[in-house]
Amino acid sequence: MQQVFKKPVSLKDVQTHFCPGCHHGTFHRLVAEAMDEFGVQKRTIGVASVGCSVFLYGYFDIDVVEAPHGRAPAVATGVKRARPDAFVFTYQGDGDLAAIGTSEIIHAANRGEDMTVIFVNNTTYGMTGGQMAPTTLVGQRTSTSPYGRNQGKDGAPIRMAELLAQLEGVAFSARVAVNNPKNLMDAKRQIKKAFRYQAEGKGFSFIEALSSCPTNWGMDPIKANERVGTEMCAYFPLGVFKNAAEF
Amino acid sequence: MTKRLFMKGNEALAMAAIEAGCRYYFGYPITPQSDIPEYMSRELPKLGGEFIQAESEVASINMLLGASATGVRAMTSSSSPGISLKQEGISYMAGAELPGVIVNICRSGPGLGGIDASQADYFQAVKGGGHGGYHIIVLAPASVQEMYDLTMLAFDLADIYRMPAMILGDSVVGQMKEPVVPNKRPERNLPPKDWVVRGKGDGEQRVVKSLYLGDGELEAHNWKLHARYGELKAKEARWEEFMLDDAELVVTAFGSAARIAKSAVMAARDKGLKVGLLRPITLYPFPEKGFRAATDRCKKVLDIELNTGQMVEDVRLSIARDAEVFFYGRPPGAGSLPTPEELLEQITKHYV
Repeated sequence: MQQVFKKPVSLKDVQTHFCPGCHHGTFHRLVAEAMDEFGVQKRTIGVASVGCSVFLYGYFDIDVVEAPHGRAPAVATGVKRARPDAFVFTYQGDGDLAAIGTSEIIHAANRGEDMTVIFVNNTTYGMTGGQMAPTTLVGQRTSTSPYGRNQGKDGAPIRMAELLAQLEGVAFSARVAVNNPKNLMDAKRQIKKAFRYQAEGKGFSFIEALSSCPTNWGMDPIKANERVGTEMCAYFPLGVFKNAAEF
Repeated sequence: MTKRLFMKGNEALAMAAIEAGCRYYFGYPITPQSDIPEYMSRELPKLGGEFIQAESEVASINMLLGASATGVRAMTSSSSPGISLKQEGISYMAGAELPGVIVNICRSGPGLGGIDASQADYFQAVKGGGHGGYHIIVLAPASVQEMYDLTMLAFDLADIYRMPAMILGDSVVGQMKEPVVPNKRPERNLPPKDWVVRGKGDGEQRVVKSLYLGDGELEAHNWKLHARYGELKAKEARWEEFMLDDAELVVTAFGSAARIAKSAVMAARDKGLKVGLLRPITLYPFPEKGFRAATDRCKKVLDIELNTGQMVEDVRLSIARDAEVFFYGRPPGAGSLPTPEELLEQITKHYV
């Protein structure tokens, strides 16, 4: 009998703490599959951030450094400069990367650090209980925008994949989703491309991964999954915004 | 003949860091320490090292955290307002048991304050400037030679005790030029860095972190750190004693203030007053034993600082119970650096 599906070697055989219907687990799997395919698990140093993504080391069977909130790209810069032979990636949420860590992500990207950033955008601060994030959609109700995000007061959600694509140092920037099989397959392709950039030493690669957050959105997993494809994709279009080496 | 160089304190410090094996430097420009990043930006590329002028103080301390997690010797430097910004990262490094050298060439405050010599960051340095209850090693050079020697010591102590080490100086020791002997890196038995991230290879996963959520984990972690601070106190406290043996008044001061105080002590001796100087070299661990021994015999201490009274609190906690402590300090700012004559006046006043 031929085995056609298995757990990636780079993932541990454990249950995650993620809520039912959350896409973090799927993205973990895609990242682990890419790691397996490039054969980089043994030389990978992951940089965990603060938020639901903090337990990276509990799920990936790789060496991990935990970074302060928002600082993962700076920590990863230190790691990569000291160990240029290592495969380095950060895994960050939207509050972490697009609010408190805006400075660190923009400058690591602008320096063209040879690393990969996986940015999970679920339009809310998940771990702290669903507060307004820099990516919260206009009108979206959260625990700190109970009347809905007000663009006049709170600004509009930030499109990080497009913003970073403008920087000279960025080699690859794409936005992906896993709300249906087609998008999932494409997400896997783009994550692999992002990894290829680093594997070949071709510069900074960035993946914005749209994720559901059923718990904090107050939706069941199916409704939350639908929202990714409708409301989120309408404001955060999927696609590749920079592909310098045309992989 | 021993080779001697005539150089600035900040440059001596940078040179010593390189001699100590530091090949990674991350920093941000701020007066009066910018000679350090300038030196490193010039010298590190020649040695295959990495210099990054970071986008912020916050980024530079986190680059230090990342580099240190891989086991290399790395450094950042700044001055007071910049060190405030680094406190988050220092707390994380302390929590994750990461070595690394942080230089604070202090300026005066609070806020933007000024660029004059200051010792107003004593509390921030020795009491754990960030959140969570921790300590770091703090060394206080009083000469360009010590800027050199204590920097090499800072790297060794940081590696031995797996905690950040800080050089606490100011513009007096950072900007003045003095002769310095560029000593070789001392031979020292250092523990193997078997905790660093490197890519797991065929080994076990390694994680550098400060998050401990399991039942009892964080308490145990904190007790472990606490025990290490005790070991540090027992083994690594350093101080200089100058004319203390027959002293009837112990003057104490650290860093640049100690230089002025020493001149005043010598002037007092010229006048026949039995005065000595006890100069803490390590501010953390604080030289409690030195103070206890000195005040078992001599019952008067005059503490002099370039602030309104910070180290004096640790002095009071360290002395014999029947000793008396006087304080003379001037908060930092243009024109506030005390003269030896001014300190001699204080010595004479408290000597009687």
